[in-house]
Amino acid sequence: MAATMQPEAVAPTTNGHNSSGRARWKYMDTLLSRPGAYTDPDDFVPGAVPIGNVEQSHVLVIGAGGLGCEILKNLALSGFKKIDVIDMDTIDVSNLNRQFLFREKDVGKPKASVAAEFVMQRVPSCKITPYVGKIQDKDEDYYMQFNVVVCGLDSIEARRWINATLVGMVDENNPDSLKPLIDGGTEGFKGQSRVILPTMTSCIECQLDMHAPRAAVPLCTLATIPRQPQHCIEWAHIIKWEEERKDLVLDTDDPEHITWLYEKALSRAQEYNISGVTYSMTQGVVKNIIPAIASTNAIVAASSCNEAFKIVTSSATFLGNPGLNNYMLYTGDSGVYTYTFEHQKKDDCPVCGNLPKDMLLNPESTLGELVESLAERPESQLKKPNLRTEEKTLYYSAPASLEESTRPNLKRKLRELLADGEDFAVSDGAFDITFRYTVRYT
Amino acid sequence: MATDVQYVPPPLQDIPTAKEKKYDRQLRLWGASGQIALEETHILLINNGPGVTGVETLKNLVLPGVGQFTILDSTVVSEADLGVNFFLEDASLGKFRAAETVRLLMELNPGVQGYAVTEPLETFIAQDNVFAPYNLILVTAPIDPTVLAQIQTHAQTLQIPTFYIHCVGYYSAFSVLLPPAFPIVDTHPDQTATTDLRLLKPWPALVQFAKEKTAGLEEGKLNAQEKAHVPWVCLLLHYLEQWKEEHDGKLPESYPEKTEFRKLVRSGDPHEENFDEACAAVLKSLNPPTPDSSVREIFNAPETQNLDATSPPFWVIANAIHQFYTTHKQLPLPGAVPDMKAQSADYIKLQNIYKTKAREDCAEVLENVRKLEKNTSRSPKLAIDNKEVENFCKGAAHIHLVRGRPFQVVQAGQPVRFGDRAKAMAMELTMPESLIGLHIAFLAWDEYIATHSSPASEAGGQALKVPGSGVDDFESDTEKVTGIAHTILDGLIKEAGTFVEDPEYSDVKAKVGEFCLEIVRAGGGELHNIASLTGGLVAQEVIKAITRQYVPVDNTCLFDGVASRTGVLRI
Repeated sequence: MAATMQPEAVAPTTNGHNSSGRARWKYMDTLLSRPGAYTDPDDFVPGAVPIGNVEQSHVLVIGAGGLGCEILKNLALSGFKKIDVIDMDTIDVSNLNRQFLFREKDVGKPKASVAAEFVMQRVPSCKITPYVGKIQDKDEDYYMQFNVVVCGLDSIEARRWINATLVGMVDENNPDSLKPLIDGGTEGFKGQSRVILPTMTSCIECQLDMHAPRAAVPLCTLATIPRQPQHCIEWAHIIKWEEERKDLVLDTDDPEHITWLYEKALSRAQEYNISGVTYSMTQGVVKNIIPAIASTNAIVAASSCNEAFKIVTSSATFLGNPGLNNYMLYTGDSGVYTYTFEHQKKDDCPVCGNLPKDMLLNPESTLGELVESLAERPESQLKKPNLRTEEKTLYYSAPASLEESTRPNLKRKLRELLADGEDFAVSDGAFDITFRYTVRYT
Repeated sequence: MATDVQYVPPPLQDIPTAKEKKYDRQLRLWGASGQIALEETHILLINNGPGVTGVETLKNLVLPGVGQFTILDSTVVSEADLGVNFFLEDASLGKFRAAETVRLLMELNPGVQGYAVTEPLETFIAQDNVFAPYNLILVTAPIDPTVLAQIQTHAQTLQIPTFYIHCVGYYSAFSVLLPPAFPIVDTHPDQTATTDLRLLKPWPALVQFAKEKTAGLEEGKLNAQEKAHVPWVCLLLHYLEQWKEEHDGKLPESYPEKTEFRKLVRSGDPHEENFDEACAAVLKSLNPPTPDSSVREIFNAPETQNLDATSPPFWVIANAIHQFYTTHKQLPLPGAVPDMKAQSADYIKLQNIYKTKAREDCAEVLENVRKLEKNTSRSPKLAIDNKEVENFCKGAAHIHLVRGRPFQVVQAGQPVRFGDRAKAMAMELTMPESLIGLHIAFLAWDEYIATHSSPASEAGGQALKVPGSGVDDFESDTEKVTGIAHTILDGLIKEAGTFVEDPEYSDVKAKVGEFCLEIVRAGGGELHNIASLTGGLVAQEVIKAITRQYVPVDNTCLFDGVASRTGVLRI
């Protein structure tokens, strides 16, 4: 049943698991030394093999925030000994209500190194190597050294990048090139954890429509007919700042900047008799703050690490086995509810599929309208797209010279540029992904 | 900070305090009132077994700022603890586990006070009023069932929410004992839940406004700009009038009628956004205002029906709203209006029309409340706050009541009973997704412990014997626990007075056997991941019980870490 992703069995380093050196791992070793109700005798040999697999596995943790802190703790106390962690952020005071590896004295320091240091001090058997920076700084050689990747991210962009990278690394002739990707995410009392076996099961790009972008308020509403306090805040944020403080880069962590926006929004709201603009709401809208609490992080991170542990040890069925469930949705605001299901792989996924996707288009609409829609389409979400067919370039967002030369096309009707049934490709500098579409005129 | 000549210092009261900054991400969920409730709470953890789940639960409560916590645990830290509990360090070895975990938990939040009690549980609970200082109790298994029964009795007398928690290997479960009546007003319904806009029964001010906004619509007298900004609420009211004229004064009720009605709305304009919004609202906004069964249950509850001078405010307001409902055949108007395409001034006007009506409705309810206070001779000291009535009126459609039920305490030598839930639980047996089998396995685990350990008073503090904890008892204990579980299963079917046919019966038995084997496999040990996940679930439910916000689990939640899913049973 279990696929073949656990590393080669290596005997534990401490002279077998019953020696005094393993006393600390008594509970885990007991479970791993006995066959379970759902273990396959061909995959699971109780004792030294699964224990050795945990000790020898090299795990990458992406993100050292709310989920990352939990993930590092969980992996260290699941017996993993070799962990790397990547995070580019520094610690903020608003992290302290859940990111339990950080204290007030740590505010301003990098998350990855403070988290790694803390866990190693508490669990000395575990070696954690931090990297303060972006995942995009690292190349395939770096990612190739890991057995499993566990993500605790708050950005869709970063998820799409690591997903595309891991899918791209799979070499059919080298089983080690397939790195299980486990991804967790939370929002308030809700969250999800999912397991991806790159190229074998549904990937993050296949599942992108699970994170449909929030519909943006039309600019004209902000400019001329605000109705909600949020409209006034967005007006201050998007329009007023540009008008009055163009030369100053908006820093959403600078209280003076937030105060400025707040006051602009407040006076606009008063002008229109709209109530409800507060400092806290201004901050929430401008920074796109998502509520986050310790308990949801604990649930989602532990679920992710449980899957990692099961994959590495084969000691129980895990999410992500091809043809079985790979996704757990969690909701905790009304009772406790999970929905665990199999998200299907898509043949026309731009990352792991091989077919172009049909796109229904109105031949009378313009290329400009198509370009704008790519940002809002749940399956693409590309903000700076480049479009081309086999023969010609339709529009490029960057570099500037190419943008300028292709800009006139934006005003042209689609029927002048693309034939019905013709394929075209869309890419975006932010991702290593090319979307292929087939034009279907309505 | 940038220098800006126009910079004026902001009004001070709006800048968040240091505490608000630290708790910003959670205040956006449970607000200042929830936070105050949390900070006024003192939690008691009675920690047994490996004790990881209890400590992980507290981590998730210390971080958001629970007031105080006490850990009762007479165990001394062992090597095995260090491999599974994050709130212990190498230097903790040989010291009291309660003291060490309290010390390291307190590091998480300087605003929280923690205490350790290391005396044995049996002598602790023998003292008078020992639970009085606490607002909530967490008990982790394994525990002597006679002691658990004693704790339960105290908790019921004091009406303290209490949790009984299992975490073994890949599985966990917890049951919540809430007071016999646990009402919630602030349930935080899903944002997509529809607000009552009363379109089927509009009041004069709303009708008048809709007429003004749609005057000339049919004759084409509105210019494009005006037409595109008629709020969809007004569009629907306009077309409802038209529909009634063509249908003997009847409203569109059935699904086909509503589909037909939607076509009528669509005929007004094929593209405009406000017409799109109106069409999209047809199916969900044109329903008669029938309250949910949970709301009706509250109206008919004996507490609502039989008020006295000291009835909690919830029941008095519920009675007052029930009177309102009886008179008007609908609940008080909540008063909120969703955002919709409209000119600013029109939208604000519409909002005010709704707010004014909501205030009128609330005033009527308030009047009912005052009459009830008078009729029940309620002391002026207990006078119900206007704000509470207002809040209740806003959320009236979503209020919720949980009837707390006692734990199913397994006693040695006595058959396990399901009482009035037997029929419902026997039904669960035949549902493939139900985790009733896991619940039965945990009951069997408890019974094994109850029958394999001598009473604590005689044993002199001897640890409880947990299935599978010995070097060579895996197979024999699996057989024993499975045997007990099958007896419980058969007892349940018999108690329910039903019959489960083969092959279903054999499947259920096999499934229960698998759960038992996995549980015995762990030998009473906790896996950190499962303990951490369960600590997250329990902490979340504790927060709901303390803040009286959101809807709590009623009353047993199970987690299957093999299949990665939860299940909830009302036991």
